[in-house]
Amino acid sequence: MSRNTILILGARSDIAMAVAHHFAREGYDIQLAARQVAKLNPHQADIELRYEVTTTLHEFDALNTDSHESFVKHLPTLPDIAVCAVGFMGEQPENIQHVNAAVMVMRSNYEGPASIFGELAKKFEQRGFGILIGISSVAGERGRASNYIYGSAKAGFTTFLSGLRNRLSSKGVHVITVLPGFVATQMTKKLNLPPLLTASPNDVASAIYRSSRKRSNVVYVQKKWLLIMFLIRIIPENIFKFMKI
Amino acid sequence: MKLSGWGRYPIIDAEVHAPRDLDELIHHVKQGNAIARGNGRSYGDSAVSISNTIHMKHFNRMLAFDKNTGQLVAEAGVLLADIIDIFLPRGWFPFVTPGTKFVTLGGMIATDVHGKNHHKDGSFVKCLDWVEVVTGNGKIQRCSPTENKDFFSWIVGGMGLSGVILRAAIRLRPISSAWIHQKTLVAENILQTIELFENNNSTYSVAWIDCLQTGNALGRSLLMLGEHVESNALPAKYSKLPLQAPRKRKMSVPIEFPNWILNKHSVRAFNELYFQNGKRKAAHQLIDWDSYFYPLDSILSWNKIYGRRGFAQFQCVIPLDKSEEALTQLLTEISGARTSSFLAVLKRFGEQKSSFSFPMEGYSLALDFPLNNNSLALMEKLDAITLQHGGRFYLAKDSRMSSKTFLESEPRAANYLRYRHSRGDVEAFSSSQSERLGL
Repeated sequence: MSRNTILILGARSDIAMAVAHHFAREGYDIQLAARQVAKLNPHQADIELRYEVTTTLHEFDALNTDSHESFVKHLPTLPDIAVCAVGFMGEQPENIQHVNAAVMVMRSNYEGPASIFGELAKKFEQRGFGILIGISSVAGERGRASNYIYGSAKAGFTTFLSGLRNRLSSKGVHVITVLPGFVATQMTKKLNLPPLLTASPNDVASAIYRSSRKRSNVVYVQKKWLLIMFLIRIIPENIFKFMKI
Repeated sequence: MKLSGWGRYPIIDAEVHAPRDLDELIHHVKQGNAIARGNGRSYGDSAVSISNTIHMKHFNRMLAFDKNTGQLVAEAGVLLADIIDIFLPRGWFPFVTPGTKFVTLGGMIATDVHGKNHHKDGSFVKCLDWVEVVTGNGKIQRCSPTENKDFFSWIVGGMGLSGVILRAAIRLRPISSAWIHQKTLVAENILQTIELFENNNSTYSVAWIDCLQTGNALGRSLLMLGEHVESNALPAKYSKLPLQAPRKRKMSVPIEFPNWILNKHSVRAFNELYFQNGKRKAAHQLIDWDSYFYPLDSILSWNKIYGRRGFAQFQCVIPLDKSEEALTQLLTEISGARTSSFLAVLKRFGEQKSSFSFPMEGYSLALDFPLNNNSLALMEKLDAITLQHGGRFYLAKDSRMSSKTFLESEPRAANYLRYRHSRGDVEAFSSSQSERLGL
């Protein structure tokens, strides 16, 4: 019996690794894609040993969009599910000062992920099934002074996913937008996050697995973020622009 | 951040790093005064360095397994619980296991843990094929019983004071079922207990002593012997899936108990119930591996029952020829004291020759005390009795011993210090415990 396969893009992140473990435990074969993917050799051995599934490593650079078509073509099998955990926050003061830094954040969170999902969507559409899961961010729900560069790129990705879901809904391909809220990871380890609003990478992985079974559309990992973002969105702009949140 | 061991005493404000890859790890080791920390299950301050505690939680990958030999290669931060989770259903079990499965591979090596089978199989070193260590100068050095033997002998049981354990290869034990046949024997006093141990030939053995008894009943105990059950000897309801034992529900202690809950009367009542219950139960029982090896693991954070001040565990080993006399004195002291201990665990160790590991041939007594002035005073008396009889102490449990007591109990400490000096390890590696003990 051939097993289902999941492709995980940006596999070196904490959330990606938690997703890999969760799906491997459920019997999925795993494709891990990242830059300097050889660094994942121990993880590959670990996942294969623990869950007795096939795990393969694939060099992948989200920013090198020219390579994406051939990347997809060279995967050993076209996966049933693809998760994009590519993301880069940068430092907001630097993003403000240096346009190159800002562009890097925009490309990493929007252009790269949208490009590879565009390629995968074509293949999934041809095949007639598949699930694309994009990890976006609540930061994309409204621009805030403290992280609008990252947020605007995530907003772009969220909108891209929404449009893709709309386009493919009649083609058998399902698209899921995951909005994790705060997550305790390497990316956020310098931030002082409120514990009650902060999920663990494992929480995100469980939410992603559940949403793939239920074919959810937009998933808040912690339900309280749904309320928080609703409140943040309804504040009138002429008030919001003076707020520090 | 505030760190402590499982005993929740002492609590120390320490600088903690959790490196994600080898380069980061080496960088931190080179800063000096480093100590590796696993899952924080040693009781005291052995995995705490005020200036440089290195948390190994990101080094938690299993790297290779050989189905023919049962050899597992894994990183130091892998939990024993994960090893069992993965390999028990495939017919393998740890060759040597301590009384909790929430320990890391690195921690088991650094303390050279023992199990209920020490008298038969020795300590953890007996299933170690090799260890890779980050040394004080940031190099990776491999050692084994045949390669860099001297280094190996100090790494195993060396309390992390000769390097940060990175990876190791251990051999697992093939088993055909997840079940243990337990035979319970009743001993009315310490002499009977020792006699039962000496005549016992089981793979696993341990005695639970009721510490509140005196006189003729001093040291009355339940001796629990265990053997792995072959799958073909299991009753029908288990023999279809012999390696699947039922999952138990985990309980948790949600809050710290107030200090007064544990007193001599409540503990006496508990011990009486425990003892009578053990006596009444069938002498022969079939029990699952988890209940047999890790009875306390099913109550998560049970350390909170000792309240806010935490607790200390006293564990010593007494050479065989002095055991009877020393145990009698220890138990007399404990039963007469104004402090309470639930149960003491007594274990017969087999022969062991090692540079710095805890076990030696004889009897090892372990018991928990809620931390207070009475119990601290009592433990000092127990220290003295142990010293008089040529015994020594388990550093994985220690949180309060004085340097004087330690050095008197450990003629081997001078050798270890010399060795550490010769490699520059005194500056490179230290824990709050090593500083307290003068190691």
